[in-house]
Amino acid sequence: MENKLDGNAAGGILQEIFPFEMTLVQASCTGCGATDAIGALAVYKHGMGTVVRCPSCDTVLIRVAHTKGRYWLDMRGVRVLQISAEA
Amino acid sequence: MERRTVPGRLSWQLGEVLATRAETARTKSITLAVPNWIGHRAGQHMDVRLTAEDGYQTERSYSIASPPEQEQRLTLTVERLDDGEVSPYLVDELRVGDKLELRGPIGGYFVWEAHMGGPLLLVAGGSGIVPLMAMIRHRAAVGSTIPTRLLYSSRSSEDVIYRDELDRLVRSTTLLEVVQTLTRVQPPGWTGYHRRIDTEMLRELAWPPDQRPLMFICGPTPFVETAAASLVALGYEPGRIKTERFGPTGEA
Repeated sequence: MENKLDGNAAGGILQEIFPFEMTLVQASCTGCGATDAIGALAVYKHGMGTVVRCPSCDTVLIRVAHTKGRYWLDMRGVRVLQISAEA
Repeated sequence: MERRTVPGRLSWQLGEVLATRAETARTKSITLAVPNWIGHRAGQHMDVRLTAEDGYQTERSYSIASPPEQEQRLTLTVERLDDGEVSPYLVDELRVGDKLELRGPIGGYFVWEAHMGGPLLLVAGGSGIVPLMAMIRHRAAVGSTIPTRLLYSSRSSEDVIYRDELDRLVRSTTLLEVVQTLTRVQPPGWTGYHRRIDTEMLRELAWPPDQRPLMFICGPTPFVETAAASLVALGYEPGRIKTERFGPTGEA
């Protein structure tokens, strides 16, 4: 059974990679164009990693895992990331 | 509070257990000292990682219960899930002086600080109270009088986490209301709600939509989805409803 969580649940691993608080970063979906804070997106955690989906159209925005000493980051579902340089 | 311009990357670090405290039969608060702790904001969480002797690692997220004003240490409140990989160790085995691998604080989205205003509607299912308690403690610590209502669903009065402290805060602080619903077992003479949170209950308790409350919902996934969908149906702005689901387990 899939374990539906919020974008908060991806904040830890994303902030290991990016030097920003990532749940407030705005992400635009390549599927439907919706733009939301990552904290407002849907997150599913699997044994293999974390999947971030669009709550509107279910497109996978981000897949991220940390295994065998590497981060694996697939962001093909993100059209634009807007990162505030101030917070 | 001073805000860093660039928070920087997170990494795992070791915290030391300073104190533990049983909150209910299934929940425990764990107070930790973390080296170079940079402080947190009410609503944030920590990731905890356990490593077995064979190298197998597993991690879980736990909300910070303490307010930012409790400096230089943080308190997590953890509910033991009987089939959990991490929580039985944290609740049953962890002792003062033990070290724990931690990453955080995490999240800026599910956060409330007094300057963000209100009125504030907090909706908690079971141990979903934990990050909301950090907000209530923060509100009390800074002397905020922002009108705040907590709707808190538990199975029974024995399962109500922070029960005495909530009673005390309701008496000692201004414009804080706590409404409990006990979904399975009610004590004799209970006159409060005794059903799961639903649209009708939220209609009775939420601030009128034209007051544009800020809303935070935390609990098991089905609980959060019911509460959030009800608030949207009642006409509240989705953008002012923030949710934190902690998975399908648990029931409130």
